[in-house]
Amino acid sequence: MKLTIHHLYADMMNLYGDRGNVISIRKRCEWRGIPVEVVDVGLGEGVKPTGCDIFLFGGGQDREQALLADDLSGSKGVDLRAIADDGGVILGVCGGYQLMGNSYETPDGEKLPGVGIFDLHTEPRNPDEERLIGNVLVRVRVPETGEEREIVGFENHGGRTRLGDTEPLGEVVAGFGNNGEDGTEGARRLHAYGTYLHGSLLPKNPWLTDQLILSALRRVDDDFDLEALDDAAERSAFASMASRMAGRR
Amino acid sequence: MGRLLDNARLSAAIAAARSAQIASRRLKRGGGSTVPGVVARRIDPGVLAKLSRRLPLGSAAITGTNGKTTTTRMVSKILQTAGIRAVNNSTGANLITGVTAALISDSTISGTLASQIGLFEVDEASVPKVAEEAELKILAVLNLFRDQLDRYGELAYTGKVIASAFGDLPQDGSVVLNADDPLVASLGRSAISPVYYGVDEPALDTGRLQHVADSKDCPVCGTALVYETVYMGHVGVYDCTNCDFGRPDLDYRASRVRFDGARGTDFHLDTPHGSLEIRIKLPGLYNVYNALAAATVASEAGVGLEEISRGLREFGGAFGRVERVEAGDREAFLLLIKNPVGFNEILRTFVTGADAKHVLIAINDNHADGRDVSWLWDVDFEMLAEARSEGITNGMRPFTVSGIRAGDMAVRLKYADLPVGDVIPDRKEAIQAALEATPPGETLYVLPTYTAMLEIRKTLSELGYTHPFWEDR
Repeated sequence: MKLTIHHLYADMMNLYGDRGNVISIRKRCEWRGIPVEVVDVGLGEGVKPTGCDIFLFGGGQDREQALLADDLSGSKGVDLRAIADDGGVILGVCGGYQLMGNSYETPDGEKLPGVGIFDLHTEPRNPDEERLIGNVLVRVRVPETGEEREIVGFENHGGRTRLGDTEPLGEVVAGFGNNGEDGTEGARRLHAYGTYLHGSLLPKNPWLTDQLILSALRRVDDDFDLEALDDAAERSAFASMASRMAGRR
Repeated sequence: MGRLLDNARLSAAIAAARSAQIASRRLKRGGGSTVPGVVARRIDPGVLAKLSRRLPLGSAAITGTNGKTTTTRMVSKILQTAGIRAVNNSTGANLITGVTAALISDSTISGTLASQIGLFEVDEASVPKVAEEAELKILAVLNLFRDQLDRYGELAYTGKVIASAFGDLPQDGSVVLNADDPLVASLGRSAISPVYYGVDEPALDTGRLQHVADSKDCPVCGTALVYETVYMGHVGVYDCTNCDFGRPDLDYRASRVRFDGARGTDFHLDTPHGSLEIRIKLPGLYNVYNALAAATVASEAGVGLEEISRGLREFGGAFGRVERVEAGDREAFLLLIKNPVGFNEILRTFVTGADAKHVLIAINDNHADGRDVSWLWDVDFEMLAEARSEGITNGMRPFTVSGIRAGDMAVRLKYADLPVGDVIPDRKEAIQAALEATPPGETLYVLPTYTAMLEIRKTLSELGYTHPFWEDR
C-alpha cells in the first residue's frame, strides 16, 4: 500500500519550512517500510486522489494568495472540499489554512473566496495591530483516542481568523492562535486540519504526523496499525520548547 | 547666530556620544557600537545629516539579505588599498543609530571628519531613513532572501521600501543592483540609470531551484520565471515569458569561476573600464557575489581596477562571517549562518572539497538570529547525506549540535539520515567539547547563528584564542 503526499503549490507556497512537513511524513513512512510518493500540485493542475492520500497546503505571501484563490475558485476547490467531506486527510498551514475557510481578505481590502472546508473567515489586521509572531503551545483534544495532547510551533501571520460553525484544532496555552483574542487555534473537521503553526509543525509533533499517516492508511485498510518509532530526539526537542513556554502560561 | 548654535548642539551631541561610548565599552556592552548614535541623535537629530555632508567623497550604502558585512569590508579594503580613508560601521551595527555612531567616532568634537568617504552596511528597513539623512552617492542592493520575515513581513514589500530611497540619490549617483536576483533587478525600474552586476558561469548551474527559492515569479507580472541557469536559491539567469522583464544586461560580470576549497576562489571580471583576473581568499559562490558587488561599488566610487584586484586579494574575511581562529594546536573556522541559502552554500563548500571532518552547528533563536527556526527545514542537508552515501565526505564525523534550538537541529539531521553526534545545548560547553574532540593539527568547522557566534567567540576569547571584536582587525 502506497501513501501519496499531494503537495499543493509546492513551488509557490514554500514559506516557513513547509518542506519539513513533507519530509516528516515521508521519513516516518519510509522508516516503517511504507512506500511514499510526493506529487506536486501546481497552478492549473487538478488533484488526483489515489485512495491513500495526504494533502498538504502550505503558506504563501499575499500576492500569491490571490493567484491561489483564483486557481481554487473552479473545480479544484470543489474537489478539495469533496475530499474533506469524505473524510480525506488535508493539512493546511498558515496561508493554506486561511484559504480552506470561506473567505480571506487581503491587506489591500480585496476579499478572496476560500475553498469552504471550514466555516471561518480571515480579516487583515488593523493598521494599529501587530503581526502575530512567536512560539505557540496548543492543547489539542484528540477525538481518535480521547486524549489531550500538546503541539508546539511558530506562528507569523497578519490575518485574524474568526471561526463560525467549526471546531478549533485546539486551545492556545501560550501564543496567539487564530486571532490573539478568543484563545482558539486552528480548525478541525473530520480529517481536515488547519493551523497557523509552522516551524515546521510535523517534525516537532510526531504524534500528529503519525495520526495523519494512520488516518490516510485506514481509508484503505481499517485494521492498519503503525509500529512505534524511536522518537527520543523529537521528544527532547518538544520538551525543551514546551518547558520554555511553560513560563508564559 | 543660528549656525553657531547649530554647531554648538552638534558638538554637544558628539561629546555626549563619546562619553556614552566609553561607558558602554567599560561595561563591555558589545563594543559600544550603537549607544553613542542613540545618545547623539537625542541631543541633535540632525547629527547624521550634518556630519555626512562633510565627507568630501560622499557616502555609499550596501543593503540586502546576505553578504552586507563581507561586501562592505571588501570595499573598505579596496579603498584602503587605493589610499582613500573610509569611515564604516564595521561591527554589524547597521541601523541608523549605528551609522550615526560610526560618523561620530570618526569626528572631532567640533565635527571635523578624518575620513573622505562613508561606507555603510544598512539594514533593509533602514535604507530610506539613511538615504534621507546621509547624502548617499551609491546605494547597492545585493539580494533579497527570506531571512528575518518575522521582522519585516514580506519580500516584495522590502523591495518597495528600498526602492523608495532611490529618489534621495543625486543625479550622478549610482544605484547598484544584482541582476541575477529577479526582485532586486526589478527595482532598477525605479532607478534612473541602474548599474547591474551578475555572474555568467553555466558550469555552476545547480539544475534546480532550491527549496528555499523566494521569488521565482516575475516581480513585475507574477508569471513563473523561466531559468536558464540557477546558481543558488532564486539567483540565476532568468527571463519572463509573459512581459518585457528579464535579467538585465550586465555592466559588471564575473565568469570562469574556479573554486579552491576553503582556501579561496578565482574568477574573471569584466567591467566598463576593462577586464582582469580576481583572486579572493574566501570559499563559495556567495563570496564571488560579494566580491563582484564590492568591485562594482568601488569602481563606481572611482577606484581603479588594479586597486580593486589588490584589495580583494588581500581581503582576509569579515568579523565572524568567515574567520579562522588559532585555537592552540588546532584551528577553528567560524562560518556564520543566517539563513538556508548561506547554510546551503557552506554545505556545498564542504562537499566540493573543504574536507571538513569536525563540525559544530549552534542554532540560537534570539531576535538577532531570527526567532523562527522553520528555515532549518529548507536547508538541503539531504545533499550532504547524498554526498556521504556516495563516499564523497567519508572523513566527516557526526556533527556536534548546540544552541538554544539544539533539539530542533538534531531532529533536522535525523530526518536527513545524517548521524547526530553530541547534543550539547550550552554553547560554551559545546565549543570546548568540540575542540577537544578535534585532533591536534586539524580544523574544527563552527557553524553558528549570530548570537551563538558571539557566545562561542567569547568562549574562545576567554580561552585566550582570539580578540574582542571591537578591536578591529
